[in-house]
This record gives sequence, structure tokens and C-alpha cells, in this order.
Amino acid sequence: MSASEPDTAPGDEPVEKHEAEGVGTYLIGLGLASLLTVVSFFISGTTLVWGPSIPVALVVLAIAQMGVHLVFFLHMTTGPDNVNNVMALAFGVLIVLLVLTGSLWIMAHLNHNMIPMDQMMQMQR
Amino acid sequence: MSAAQATAGHGGPRRTHDGSASKRIIVGYGFWIFLLSDIVMFSAFFATYAVLVGATAGGPDGHDLFDVPNVGVETACLLLSSFTCGLASIGARARNGLLFYGAMAVTFVLGAAFLGLEIHEFSGLAARGDGPTRSAFLSAFFTLVGCHGLHVTAGLLWLLTMMAQVYAKGYRADILRRMLCFGLFWHTLDIIWVALFSVVYLMGVAR
Amino acid sequence: MLGKLTWAAIPFDQPIPLFAAALVGVVIAGVLILVVLKGWFPYLWREWITSVDHKRIGVMYTFLAMVMLLRGFTDAIMMRSQQALAFQAPGYLPPEHYDQIFSAHGTLMIFFVAMPFVIGLMNFAVPLQLGVRDVAFPTLNSVGFWLTATGALLVNLSLVVGEFARTGWLPYPPLSELAYSPGVGVDYYLWSLEISGVGTLLSGVNLVTTVLKMHAPGMRYLRMPMFCWTTLAANLLIVAAFPILTATLAMLLLDRYLGFHFFTNTAGGNVMMFMNLIWAWGHPEVYILILPAFGVFSEVISTFSRKPLFGYRSMVAATMAICILAFMVWLHHFFTMGAGADVNAMFGIATMIIAVPTGVKVFNWIFTMFGGRIVYSTPILWSIGFMVTFVIGGMTGVLLAVPPADFVLHNSLFLVAHFHNVIIGGVLFGGFAGYSYWFPKAFGFRLHEGLGKAAFWCWFVGFYVAFMPLYVLGLMGMTRRMQHYDVPAWHPWLLIAAGGAAIILAGIILQIAQLVVSIRHREALRDETGDPWNGRSLEWSTPSPPPAFNFAVLPHVEGIDAYWSMKQAPPNAEPDYEAIEMPRNSPTGFICAFFASIMGFALIWHIWWMVAVALVGAYATFVVFAWRDRDEYTIPAATVARIDRANRGAREAALIHAQAAS
Repeated sequence: MSASEPDTAPGDEPVEKHEAEGVGTYLIGLGLASLLTVVSFFISGTTLVWGPSIPVALVVLAIAQMGVHLVFFLHMTTGPDNVNNVMALAFGVLIVLLVLTGSLWIMAHLNHNMIPMDQMMQMQR
Repeated sequence: MSAAQATAGHGGPRRTHDGSASKRIIVGYGFWIFLLSDIVMFSAFFATYAVLVGATAGGPDGHDLFDVPNVGVETACLLLSSFTCGLASIGARARNGLLFYGAMAVTFVLGAAFLGLEIHEFSGLAARGDGPTRSAFLSAFFTLVGCHGLHVTAGLLWLLTMMAQVYAKGYRADILRRMLCFGLFWHTLDIIWVALFSVVYLMGVAR
Repeated sequence: MLGKLTWAAIPFDQPIPLFAAALVGVVIAGVLILVVLKGWFPYLWREWITSVDHKRIGVMYTFLAMVMLLRGFTDAIMMRSQQALAFQAPGYLPPEHYDQIFSAHGTLMIFFVAMPFVIGLMNFAVPLQLGVRDVAFPTLNSVGFWLTATGALLVNLSLVVGEFARTGWLPYPPLSELAYSPGVGVDYYLWSLEISGVGTLLSGVNLVTTVLKMHAPGMRYLRMPMFCWTTLAANLLIVAAFPILTATLAMLLLDRYLGFHFFTNTAGGNVMMFMNLIWAWGHPEVYILILPAFGVFSEVISTFSRKPLFGYRSMVAATMAICILAFMVWLHHFFTMGAGADVNAMFGIATMIIAVPTGVKVFNWIFTMFGGRIVYSTPILWSIGFMVTFVIGGMTGVLLAVPPADFVLHNSLFLVAHFHNVIIGGVLFGGFAGYSYWFPKAFGFRLHEGLGKAAFWCWFVGFYVAFMPLYVLGLMGMTRRMQHYDVPAWHPWLLIAAGGAAIILAGIILQIAQLVVSIRHREALRDETGDPWNGRSLEWSTPSPPPAFNFAVLPHVEGIDAYWSMKQAPPNAEPDYEAIEMPRNSPTGFICAFFASIMGFALIWHIWWMVAVALVGAYATFVVFAWRDRDEYTIPAATVARIDRANRGAREAALIHAQAAS
């Protein structure tokens, strides 16, 4: 990858499209996103699926919907002109994952090993 | 790169003779980096929410508080506004005034409706005594969702400024670059809302 | 009307801060009167305050860092002398004042010395090294600088109006919560870091975009000088880490201002979450500081060894590896807080792994020097001093990364010695190396060599005398931040440490003398060619100081060490000069910072109407800037030609002279 290769601004479509085609992309995105949203809302309130699987399903659906938004609204592609944009996104996602999983893991262990603060305050009285 | 390709971009040539990227790419990329940093900030609030979600201090939890139909309407508003924001981008690039102003106006109305619903929800909770000072869980909830709401507020202010700019200056290259950034901002807010309604509201009522 | 602000806020009963503040006030007033009397204000406003030129902004960042270094060092001298005196005695600093001093020392040194120092060097050198005329976002760059200056202003204002935090440089709750720190000290800390944090983030966005998207023709990523790579990595870390700091401090602010319960003892708050988040920022911050310094050393060692950098690609890989690994080690700052064996072991191992790429770098520098014809100028003295010192600091760091050892050494002076060892020996030495290396480029004349070398030796020796005793004291069990003590065995070591601080003071005085002497003898030290060190990268191919447009004609890059290979080729014919468009100066940054200062002050003192006024003012500034029609001005081709021809003549004469001599 070098600075002299083709390049696109994030959010721009790599290839100039006709207006109607552009609207079409957004429409597909809207359709898919609506579908995923409806499924999420439905699953959260249903008793049809096994209870503990609901949070997992919600996370999977949310990630899928974020992907839909990235592809159809933000025009992220795997093309060579988008390498820098996708690399930046990948870095951001890595940091988000590290902060989230790291914090949850650390805090779970800390909470497991320590008395909650209000109980400690009680004991000191 | 052939001359035809070089001039194919919206904001003039994609690559100028000096080896640097075009201004449109530089501005868009810089704003994209800023947005990623914003997402990292949200991840800190998300992590805090996830850690404190059980710390209700004897007060209500998500299951007692969240109003799913209200969240559904909010989600619909924001999703549709993301779509109309995309239409506004197309309108700006095609220099189609009717499409641009129309789509921007609809985006504003939908964003304002979202904000109104959120304010209504927050004030309702606070009036019942379940405000952010009630428990660590509610502190985290109000901060996480409120931070997104603040972003939407800033976005609405930007949207109006953007419309005024296009009205006053026309579809100049620098104005179109700002429009590109606004589009990125608005779509990103929608992505964050996807995480919010899934993790905060839907998981909150599901447990 | 004025919120919590009353006359009681000014510490009339404490002579030391009052005297210090009066002294600073007199100096500032003197400078202002001089500026007004000499009629320099229009020049300062036009050429510096409103400048969007990355070189000027870089110089101002560095200047800010050096002024704040004096302030932070004053705190250091006070702490060392207090501990030297306070053996079975109260010393001369009461505890509530001593606590403010160590808090202010840490805050200033990290946020307003180390950060602006490295950001200043990156701003100055990176566009020149990339062979471009400006950064990606020139006005944003100016806003970032002035917001950093706002933060520094607020911290220093706390000296006179109110108080500073007594919580240490990271305000750990619950001590920093309203219940235990009811004064404005913590608020000063929080608002100044929130505001300067925004400035740092803007600077990070700007530099990431500059390195990735702006290049001279032919300057591929793997032809960029090492300093550009470390700049990229450090600024990626800024962009990824500073939002976490902003969020964490915002939560503490919500606790303090609106009664939220993030980190309180009551209503389910969790203080551990603060430690977790603040270090998720805090550890990457360490690498934000050291990576640019690594870049400076790479440039300096290669230039003064007259050799290309050894293992360039492995250096790039090591830099980017550190950039990722920096986010996987943060728990080692709180091993003792009870996460348990699994978590501690995982983060301990990760910490040891991150030492590997750093080791790769040290070996690469040594192999670069190996077989080179080394010129012992001031910059390379700082670099060699760094290598020796930093390796010791790195070793003690790896020792602290072993959780059982950390349980013994946590919060002891051993830790204090360790981080001063890496921050002085790494970041500050790197900053000084870069300062003496790029000073001729920035101002057109070299710094006095003899005084520079004397300053280096004072710093180098002073560092060891001041901080090696602290390792010993840490092993003897002395904890950090002690206002007084009664262990006889500690006293001699603390006396030695105070002596070390005095030697460092001599170094600082020599540096000031060096600057004064160099300015007075600037004609004799003049750099006519723009290439005083026989440099290798593109910044040495322009005149010193570079014109506003940096390069009359953009260079064509054929490989690594672009300027070195250009010098080997026969001089090419005079190019066709073209008119150049440059961004216009703008007072946006200064005015934004003006409103941010007012807003910060008003928030600290709960003057709500003033907050609203400042917010409206900041938004109005933003809109006015967005509304302007002309953002560039044109430099005519004739002017470009005139400036460039003058330098070409001197440069070619020097090259012919050098070839004749060899």
C-alpha cells in the first residue's frame, strides 16, 4: 500500500454512480437495517427461544446491523481505494474490543475478590 | 492514474500533482479518525455501564424502567433520518436543491423527534425519583444514553448551520467536504444507537 | 453572581504560593509591557498568535513545554528540599501545601511539559520530513495548541486563585470525590485536562492524517523517515487513548457536580472502575510520550553516525507492535488491587512482551552506531545518555512487571525512581536531543556546543545522583509522597537526592545560558546552507529557517534517506518555479482558547452565566470561521524563486567545498 495508489474518502462511493443508483444503495441499507432491528426487538420480548441465548442473539444482530450501516450508509468496501479507511476502522474496533473485554474481565475479578464498597463502609462503622 | 480517472472525483481531482491525497480525501479521512476516537469514548461509557448495570443500590433495574415501544419509535426515527441524510448527501453532490433541502429538513425533524422522545423519557424517570443520582446503574445509564443525545443535539445544530451555509455559499468544494463530514457523523450516531438499543434497552428488558 | 469565588480564594495566609505568584505576575507584566512599549504586539499577533504554520506552532508548543518545565522543576526542588529537611521535623511545607505540590508537579510534567514537547517536535519536523508544505488541518492545529495552553493557564491560575488538587497526579476516588475533596483543587485539575485533552486529540487527528495522506511524490510509506513512523504510532495512540481519559474525567466531574454515583462509596459506585479506565488511558500515554522520542533518537543516531538506520523495517514493525501492545498491559499499574492471580499473570506477561520490541530498537541503534564515523555533537550525547539510562529504567520496569515483586515495590520510591528513569532518561532526553538537533532548522543558527555539552553532563550526572538513591529508598520501604519521616537510615539518601536535584538545576541554568549566548552570537553560529549536520532526510534540503511554504519545488523521493541520495547526485538545473497557495492565518485558535479559558474558570467556580456566555462565544467563533470565503493566499513565483535561489547558491558552494576537502 502506498500513497500513490487509488484512494477514496470515507463515506464516498468509490465509483461515481448515478443518483438513482445511490438512492438504491441507501434503500437496500434501510431495508436490511429495518429487518435486523425488527428481529432484535422481537427476540428481546419473545419466549420462543431459549432465554440465555437472547443476549448473544442481540449482540450478533447488533454487529450485523452495524455492518449493514457501514457498507450501505458509509460505503466501506474491501476495495484497494478503501484500505486506509478500513485499516483505521479495524484499529478502532480493536481498541473498543480491548477496552470492553479488558474492563469487564478485570472488573469481574476485582468484584469477585473484594467486598462491595458499601459493605466495607458498614464494617468500618 | 489516467487523466480521466484523476478528474472523476466529486471534489475535483482525487490526487493532486504533489503526491498528497486530494483535499476531500484528507478532510474525510481526518474526520473518520475523529469519529473513531468518538467511538472509543463511547466504549468507555459502555464498559462502565456494563460494569455498573447490576449496581442498582436497591433501586429499579432496566426491566422496571425501560419502555420498549418508546425505544422502538426512537429507533425508527433515527434509522429513517440516516436514510434521509444519505438522500441529502446525494442531493448536495448532484446540486439538487429540492432534494438537499427537503432531505435535510426531514432529517432535522426526525432527529428532533428522537431527541424529544429521549427528553420525555429522561424527565419521566427523573420525576419518578429514578434520576441519575438514584444509583450507580442509573448514573451510567443516563450518562451513556445522554452522551448520545448530546451528540444528536450537536448534530442538529450542525445540520442547521450546514443548510444555512449551502444557502449562503452554494455547493462550493469546501462546503461539500463539510457535508461529507456531516453525513459521516450522522451515520455514525446511528451505528452507536444500534449498540445502545441492543445492549442497554433490549438486553435490559430481556434479563 | 460569581459562584463560589470570593476573596477568600486567594491564599493571603500562605507566603510561598503568594510570593511565587507575585514573581510570575511581575515577569508576565514585564514581558507584556516590553511587548507593548517596543511595538512588538502586531508582529506577535500576525506572525505567531494567529499563525497556522506548522513550524511556528511546533515552536510555540516547545516553548510552552520549556516554560512549564521551569514551573514543574520548581515543584521538584521544593519536594526534594522538603524531604531532605523533614527528618524528624515538619520541614517548611505544611502537608496540605506539600500535597498540592506533588500533584501539580506530576500533572504539569506529564501534560504540559512532556506532551507539548513531543507534540511540538512532531509538528515542526514531520511535514518537513514528508516533503510537504503543511499539515492536513492547519487551523485545527492552531486550535489544538491554544487549547493546550488554556489547560496550562488554568493549572497555573490555581496557584493564586483557590488551590490545586491534593490527590496526586491521577485523582483517585474516593479521595477526589466531593465528600473528601470539597475544594476547587480537583475541579481545576479536571477542567484543565478536559480542555487540553480536546487540544491533544485535535493534534492527534491532524498528525495521523498528515502522515497517512500527505507525501512528496515518491514518498511511499516505507520510505518515510523513522520519526514519521513513530509520530504515526504515537498519534494513533492519542486518538485511541485520550477519549478514554475524557470519558473517565467526565464521569468524575458528573459525580462531583451533579451527584452521580460512578466512583462514590455509596449507591453502588465502584472506585475500581476509575483505576481501570484511567490506566486504560494511562499506559498508552506512556508510549505516546516515548515513541516520538524513539523517533528523534533514530534520526539523530543515523545522522551523526553517517549511516542509514540499521534494520529500518524491523524498527517500523517494532513501532507498530508497540502501538498495539500498549493497549494490552494497563492492569500492571494496579496489580495490588486484587484482580487475582489469573489476571495479574496475564498482564504481567503482556508487560514483559512489550519490552521485546523496545529491545529490538535499542539493538538497532547500537548497530547503527557500530562501524559508523560518529560525530559527538550535543544531540548524539543526549541519545547515548538515553540508551544507557533507558535500559536501566526498562530493566526496573520489567522487574515491576513481575506481580509478586510489584506487591513489595508498589507505591514505593522504587516506582518513583523507575518512571523518572524512563521519562527523564527517555522522553526528556529525547526532547532535548530533538531541540538541539532541529534548533538550527527552526531559527537559522546553531546552539552553542560547549554549553550544550555542559548542560547534558549536568543533567546526566544529576539524574543518577537524584534518582538512584530513590531506588535504594524504595527497597528500604520508603513510600512515595511522604511529607515527613523519622527513619534515620533514609535521611542520608534523601540528602544525596537533593544534591542531585541541585546538579540538574545547574544543567537547566546552563541550558538557559546556552540559549542566551547562542542568540547573542547568532551571526557566528549562522546556518547558511540549511544542512548544518550533513543530514539525511528532507528537512535539511530547505533553507534554515524554512520559508512558509517549506519547499520551493516539491522534492522527488527515490528511496530511504531521500536528501542523502540527492546530495550524491550531481546538482540538477534550476527548476521552474510556480506560484504557491498557502493557508491564511486565523485567530480562530486563540479566540477559541480565550472562550475555553473563561468557560473552564467559570465551571470551576460555578459561575453558570459565564459558562453560557463562553459557550455561545465559542460557537460564534466556529461559525465565523466556517463562513470565511478565502482560506488561502498565493505566494507569487518570483518570490519563491528569489528565496530559493539565495539558498541554492550557499548550498552548492558548501557541497563543492565539502567534495574538495574530502
